Amino acid sequence: MKRVYLDNAATTPTASEVVEAMEPYFNENFGNPSSIYSFGREAKNTVEDAREKVAQLIGADDAAEIVFTSGGTEADNLAIKGVAMKNKEQGNHIITSAVEHHAVLHTCEYLEEYHDFEVTYLPVDENGLVNPIDVAEAITDDTILISIMLANNEVGSIQPIAEIGQIAQKNDIYFHTDAVQAVGSIPVDVNELNADLLALSGHKFNGPKGIGALYIRKGTQLTSFMHGGAQERGRRASTENVPAIVGLGKAAEIALEELDEKREKMIKLRDKLINGIKAEIDEVILNGHPTKRLPNNVNFSIRYIEGESLLLNLDLEDIAASSGSACTSGSLDPSHVLLAMGLSHEVAHGSLRLSLGKYNTEEDVDYVLEKLPAIVDKLRAMSPIYNQK
Amino acid sequence: MKEVYLDNSATTKPRKEVVEAMMEPLTNNYGNPSSLHQKGIDAEKLLKEARRKVAKVIRANEEEIIFTSGGTESNNLAIKGTVDTLKRYGNHLITTKVEHSSVLHPFQDLEQEGWKVTYLDVDENGILDLDHLREEISEDTILVSIMYVNSEVGAIQPIDEVEKIVREYKDSKLYLHVDAVQALDKIEIDLSNSIIDLLSMSGHKIHGPKGSGGLYVAKDTRLKSLITGGGQENGYRAGTENVPGFVGFGEAVKLATEDVEKNVAQMQELKTRLADGVISSLDEVQINGPELKNGAPHILNLSFRGLKGEVLVHALEEENIYVSTGSACSSKDSAPSHVLTAMGVDEDAMEGTLRFSLSTFNNEEEIDYTIEKLIKSVPQLRKISG
Repeated sequence: MKRVYLDNAATTPTASEVVEAMEPYFNENFGNPSSIYSFGREAKNTVEDAREKVAQLIGADDAAEIVFTSGGTEADNLAIKGVAMKNKEQGNHIITSAVEHHAVLHTCEYLEEYHDFEVTYLPVDENGLVNPIDVAEAITDDTILISIMLANNEVGSIQPIAEIGQIAQKNDIYFHTDAVQAVGSIPVDVNELNADLLALSGHKFNGPKGIGALYIRKGTQLTSFMHGGAQERGRRASTENVPAIVGLGKAAEIALEELDEKREKMIKLRDKLINGIKAEIDEVILNGHPTKRLPNNVNFSIRYIEGESLLLNLDLEDIAASSGSACTSGSLDPSHVLLAMGLSHEVAHGSLRLSLGKYNTEEDVDYVLEKLPAIVDKLRAMSPIYNQK
Repeated sequence: MKEVYLDNSATTKPRKEVVEAMMEPLTNNYGNPSSLHQKGIDAEKLLKEARRKVAKVIRANEEEIIFTSGGTESNNLAIKGTVDTLKRYGNHLITTKVEHSSVLHPFQDLEQEGWKVTYLDVDENGILDLDHLREEISEDTILVSIMYVNSEVGAIQPIDEVEKIVREYKDSKLYLHVDAVQALDKIEIDLSNSIIDLLSMSGHKIHGPKGSGGLYVAKDTRLKSLITGGGQENGYRAGTENVPGFVGFGEAVKLATEDVEKNVAQMQELKTRLADGVISSLDEVQINGPELKNGAPHILNLSFRGLKGEVLVHALEEENIYVSTGSACSSKDSAPSHVLTAMGVDEDAMEGTLRFSLSTFNNEEEIDYTIEKLIKSVPQLRKISG
């Protein structure tokens, strides 16, 4: 049995077409896009071509609204710090949710600690969803930014972003959505979502690591936090990472082409996993919304076992999975997302995330369904809590 | 002649070995280093190996190397990341007038926020005025940021002397940052016995990949991260690690520094050959920057009086020779170079500036070809524009 990789929410394999597209830009076309001679200009054209493809993937009207960054985290930082620092004269209040990625949460905390911002962290329901009414009620005269993620990286719940975006628009407040997990997985259109800012990351949809983008709707006022050269229209200094930008463009092109087909396939595999786990293992809880969830996300709390031991045992069977987000998987704290959804520490500790990708097959799913129940049985047999029950 | 690339200060061609090294994490070994499973562990291993390579070259500890998206981010992180943590010890910062824009712009921003910034003068060779530094540095100074090698004219700053002066103020909480982006593979850097607290590096300037760089952060330096989020890079820099980029960077650092002495001698010889060849055959050409033997081996900045640099760039491009007028980051705006202005170069000379920047992959034949084409083009263009 080959290795079964079910951690596509952490990172995805780079598509071979993407690597092929990047290769010439490591080698013969290595120019600096800021150079004025021809092969600098060629590099520049290549970058603009990729920008166009990313714009198309998210329905942006103008490619000039796309700024390339070093990844999703930087894009979130640029959106939040950029808007906050530029518009602080208008107000110092930001609204976000308790289940955001740390790239958003820690950035908001930073603004609270160092720049006297006030941040409202909206609660979520048991499915991980934010209530748009809560957003509307949290708005004050000082609110300058609302930042809610499109789809949650741990439990896959898809937020009512279009509605929240409308509320932001009506109140003339900037609206940012972290769409890192959603882009390439579900249709994303910045106009339908009423988003002023939207963050995406290449390596989450079979593009390269080290590249991402921020959509910035025309007219949005923000400051850059990386200063130097005039690249990216002054919004992000630094020599452009041309090969990675090309790779992101290619990944965006493929993602758009394959979106419907991929989504259909993911949903089928996801549901097979969910139903299979529910049927084979008792005392499991599906975390996240049952239907308003990413096509590739499966997240269960498996009671009476520890997530970490489960992961190690799965790994021994060549199954790569995670307990939550990769960024925090080194820490022993239970997931802030699961806690915000009302799970107890004990239940949150036994969580397992299986995130599918475009290279997974039905065979992979069958293999997991064959191995997982036995591992759970073994671990529960060693668990004093399970035995006392 | 196929192509003569003499713009290595703008960017360099990645080495074959570097691209090869990147292929593993770009294909099979694609894991996220933070993941607990084998794929994550394998990626983490690659990252650790890359970090070890960089640390070894500058004689630092692995834990002191932070990977970034490039030189610009390293400079921004070093400057903006330290000032806030040292705020209570003073509000004075020192840099020079000839820094790269990724250093100058953060300082200009900080100035607007209320910090006091001294921009040190330089002499006609682009070398900073140590007396000016002695006069300005005080108990109130919390950050001194000096570039090692100037990207436009190749002036090498007397970092040893700067260290001596700064050392006396170290007790009152002061960090020394060195932008070594243009120096990393030209000057041996030994941080084991240095008071340098922060040192910026870039991959694509040393035949590594674009989008990769590093910042040396000496143990116990208090640094606030620029990009917040996950706890990657010891909490100094959030974001999933660009494993292919960082692996490529590690390999590039290793290869670029394997024989610094030989490389420097080779580039120095080519640079001198180019300068002598041009100056002996053309009138009204001047060298901007230090004397040939004192400057960085790879940068030659020449002014061709009576010409516009940009016109000459395009004329050379017709002959497949690639050079620039100054730094690539500012090559599109028409403002005169802040470096040449600080050196007191007159306006007329400044207009006709060309920067030739070499790498170890250039050869004599390319240099002779370039000399030949310059000797042909310059008088013709002067006639037209005259």
